[in-house]
Amino acid sequence: MAQPLVKKDDDRDDEAEYSPFLGIEKGAVLQEARVFNDPQLDPRRCSQVITKLLYLLNQGETFTKIEATEVFFAVTKLFQSRDIGLRRMVYLMIKELSPSADEVIIVTSSLMKDMTSKTDMYRANAIRVLCRITDGTLLTQIERYLKQAIVDKNPVVASAALVSGIHLLETTPEIVKRWSNEVQEAVQSRAALVQFHALALLHQIRQNDRLAVSKLVTSLTRGTVRSPLAQCLLIRYTTQVIREAATTQTGDRPFYDFLESCLRHKAEMVIFEAARAITELNGVTNRELTPAITVLQLFLSSSKPVLRFAAVRTLNKVAMTHPMAVTNCNIDMESLISDQNRSIATLAITTLLKTGNESSVDRLMKQITNFMSDIADEFKIVVVEAIRSLCLKFPLKYRSLMNFLSNILREEGGFEYKKAIVDSIVILIRDIPDAKENGLLHLCEFIEDCEFTYLSTQILHFLGTEGPKTSDPSKYIRYIYNRVHLENATVRAAAVSTLAKFGAMVDALKPRVFVLLRRCLYDGDDEVRDRATLYLNTVGSDGEVIETDKVVKDFLFGSLDIPLANIETSLKNYEPAEQPFDINSVPKEVKTQPLAEKKAPGKKPAGLGAPPSGPPSTVDAYEKLLSSIPEFSDFGKLFKSSAPVELTEAETEYAVNVVKHIFDRHVVFQYNCTNTIPEQLLENVTVIVDASEAEEFAEVASKPLRSLPYDSPGQIFGAFEKPEGVPAVGKFSNMLRFIVKEVDPTTGDVEDDGVEDEYQLEDLEVVAADYVMKVGVSNFRNAWESIGPDFERVDEYGLGPRESLAEAVSAVISLLGMQPCEGTEVVANNSRSHTCLLSGVFIGNVKVLVRLQFGIDGPKEVAMKLAVRSEDDNVSDMIHEIVASG
Amino acid sequence: MVKDTCPSIKNILLLDSEGKRVAVKYYSNDWPTNSAKEAFEKAVFTKTQKTNARTEAEIAMLEGNVIVYKFVQDLHFFVTGGEDENELILATVLQGFFDAVGLLLRGNVDKKEALENLDLILLCLDEIVDGGIILETDANVIAGKVASHSVDVGAPLSEQTISQALATAREHLTRSLLK
Repeated sequence: MAQPLVKKDDDRDDEAEYSPFLGIEKGAVLQEARVFNDPQLDPRRCSQVITKLLYLLNQGETFTKIEATEVFFAVTKLFQSRDIGLRRMVYLMIKELSPSADEVIIVTSSLMKDMTSKTDMYRANAIRVLCRITDGTLLTQIERYLKQAIVDKNPVVASAALVSGIHLLETTPEIVKRWSNEVQEAVQSRAALVQFHALALLHQIRQNDRLAVSKLVTSLTRGTVRSPLAQCLLIRYTTQVIREAATTQTGDRPFYDFLESCLRHKAEMVIFEAARAITELNGVTNRELTPAITVLQLFLSSSKPVLRFAAVRTLNKVAMTHPMAVTNCNIDMESLISDQNRSIATLAITTLLKTGNESSVDRLMKQITNFMSDIADEFKIVVVEAIRSLCLKFPLKYRSLMNFLSNILREEGGFEYKKAIVDSIVILIRDIPDAKENGLLHLCEFIEDCEFTYLSTQILHFLGTEGPKTSDPSKYIRYIYNRVHLENATVRAAAVSTLAKFGAMVDALKPRVFVLLRRCLYDGDDEVRDRATLYLNTVGSDGEVIETDKVVKDFLFGSLDIPLANIETSLKNYEPAEQPFDINSVPKEVKTQPLAEKKAPGKKPAGLGAPPSGPPSTVDAYEKLLSSIPEFSDFGKLFKSSAPVELTEAETEYAVNVVKHIFDRHVVFQYNCTNTIPEQLLENVTVIVDASEAEEFAEVASKPLRSLPYDSPGQIFGAFEKPEGVPAVGKFSNMLRFIVKEVDPTTGDVEDDGVEDEYQLEDLEVVAADYVMKVGVSNFRNAWESIGPDFERVDEYGLGPRESLAEAVSAVISLLGMQPCEGTEVVANNSRSHTCLLSGVFIGNVKVLVRLQFGIDGPKEVAMKLAVRSEDDNVSDMIHEIVASG
Repeated sequence: MVKDTCPSIKNILLLDSEGKRVAVKYYSNDWPTNSAKEAFEKAVFTKTQKTNARTEAEIAMLEGNVIVYKFVQDLHFFVTGGEDENELILATVLQGFFDAVGLLLRGNVDKKEALENLDLILLCLDEIVDGGIILETDANVIAGKVASHSVDVGAPLSEQTISQALATAREHLTRSLLK
């Protein structure tokens, strides 16, 4: 560990290196441990040796199994000595060695003797050691003593027993639960910490019994709790009760008065715990918040850094949901910007950024500028993110905020920090149109002197999309072409692409851009030359001022709506042939998880020569499989295949899952069956499908399985016709019918006679989500605008009480079966509202985009605004129908 | 979302002025191996070494943990808790540990003295937190429990040596002086 040595102001440098453990060595200490076996024990010396052993363990040294056992047995000899100091070290050593079960037996009797000793210190420590190393069987033997110890008049003994109880509750809850009478008595103890430990244990014993916890809280909030720690516990339990009660009751919040009274407690930890609890109440009102904010404000000017930190951290969280409530603290908060502790200063800054109003922005930015130079990158990133959201809140202030960002972009900083700044500028450019030209120029200046290849290429790409749309695109060319001279190959290639985009979009610039591109033909790097050649040929090599045609523009600017992973697999599968690679053959479906992997657990390895187990795993494999079956060959192009749905429980005789293949006018069910009984061979296996609850479907074909031997999966198909383009839904019940023949598993002989049998499978549903294909878009905003509001449908829905916002969001996503975009499927903790963006393709190749706005209101009542844009108003309506009926 | 309701301590560290271990105790499984522990200690030490935590306890966040710390001479005291832990509870534990060590080392709190009395430091850690649960935070009580040597009422008086008796007496004296 090479640490920068910090010389302290001590004048004993010569001695500083002295350590009683200098040159200590494990082998030697283990030798020394032999003194434990001396007939005449020397307690002092034995203590020293144990200390040395503990020192070794503490420094990260490990003992082998044999060494540990030897030390353990030697240490047990020391129970003969009556020296208290030595005994304490013995206890410590036994805990550190954590002996195995058969070793524990050796010390059990000694420890049990100590547990009943008259010396309090022995009793307390023996209980802690024994409970640490014991298992359930031994516990019943000592249970009686433990119960006594819980109500022991010595607080140390009682605490030892109670804390041990808390640990044991995890392993042997049934025993510890029997102690609740004694624990209840201990809650009334006059000793502060006994009360704390008893309360913690009692609550854990009863935590699953809401009524009991509520009673406990009710009685204790009226009485007096002596220990500040116990009072903190009580506050936590109270908030739990409030949280659970809130869903059933309305009106005044129960126990709020208790929390408020805790704000006047004499211990700071209790005051803070109560204040924090109030700020975290569900749907807290401003009136409820005020007293809590007031005490936190007082803490802000405390001389203790810990107190200031705790207060500013809590206020920072409050500012996210109730910025107005925190504004009173702004003056105290501003003085914290110069706090010695940079964590406190950063939290203060970001809180101010959240609560600040438009008029204070400029003043605030001035203060932050001084502050930024002396904090670490990790804090700077937090500040940059806060500034970004401030700018989105007050778009009129973009000028000063953008200038600030560009200034800090020029200063020293690591990659993560620079990336945060660049991301912020890019977001501001996207969301605030006025900021675009200014922001782009800042980015251009940045890449003139940027050491990070990743950031340079990202910015060049962004310039390529946004630059040509500005009023004077030509001013960017210089910055871009400079890259071709000065940078590494990756950046040069990106610069070539960007140049080409300018050439394609801005006809006036085309000839000049071509001159530049031609120079790139002599670049030293293959990729750069290839790109230059490609663009020169596609955009038109004659260099005349002509309009670039649409196909080329699509090629240059169209977003790639195919998942990269799919292209990769397709390219790997592509064998060099006469036919060129067709990008349209790449499936667009986003795969959440490879199917083969999903099926893998619980599956026995297939025997030698057995056909490959598991269904074909990719969408194009499905397509190949289906088109090879003559009955289905005229169904057209496969639209979507679902993930397999299990129709049987795991570990049953026959394992069946089904894949739903959706075509324009048909639905094909592919039943993947596996026979898991070695003594059976199934023949003429069919699935009898009852479609009486699926009125729009009519069975047109089915393809049974001739035979299904043990452990080699086979497929049965059933095809249904449905109205074209309509997302018909329905429920199908399935029955597996087959002839069973006995097989001798040793010889493989099959008996001639079989018995007809049936096996009930679970129902299968075709739902609306089956008609939507998950297809992501790279830039939702652009896609949303390009579809336009022609077929937009907006409506609001109440989703009723929900577990949480996140749960509601994921329920709607899975109901619609669409692809969440830009990471919006993740809901921030504690947020009260959320916007989720989804994209997909509806059957009939209709692109659909959905913008969901969720809000949670009062006691978990979730409301949702659903806006759909698509290329067809029927489809927009259909999406609404899915939600309305879901 | 049920928060772990009982306040819990993830580790207590006592490092020297170069970030090397004097005594450490981990109560959580967040750092399963010795190298993970050492990496954490190094990160904590590097992050805090330039701060001035000699008069008041200081506080920092690291890897989703709250760390309160205090320095004296060439010793650095740290107490770590989870992100949502009440900072003041952690600070109380730190103060208890810090003051108890002061009492046990009779005011001579430095690395040399701490290593020479490592047994007392280890016992002190053992009396403050048990498996992550706070046992005691009052420095006087902690030091009293650690230093209550040789008052085994069951032991014959002859087994108590003069020096032990003297040590006990001195203990009581320093404690009353330091209060």
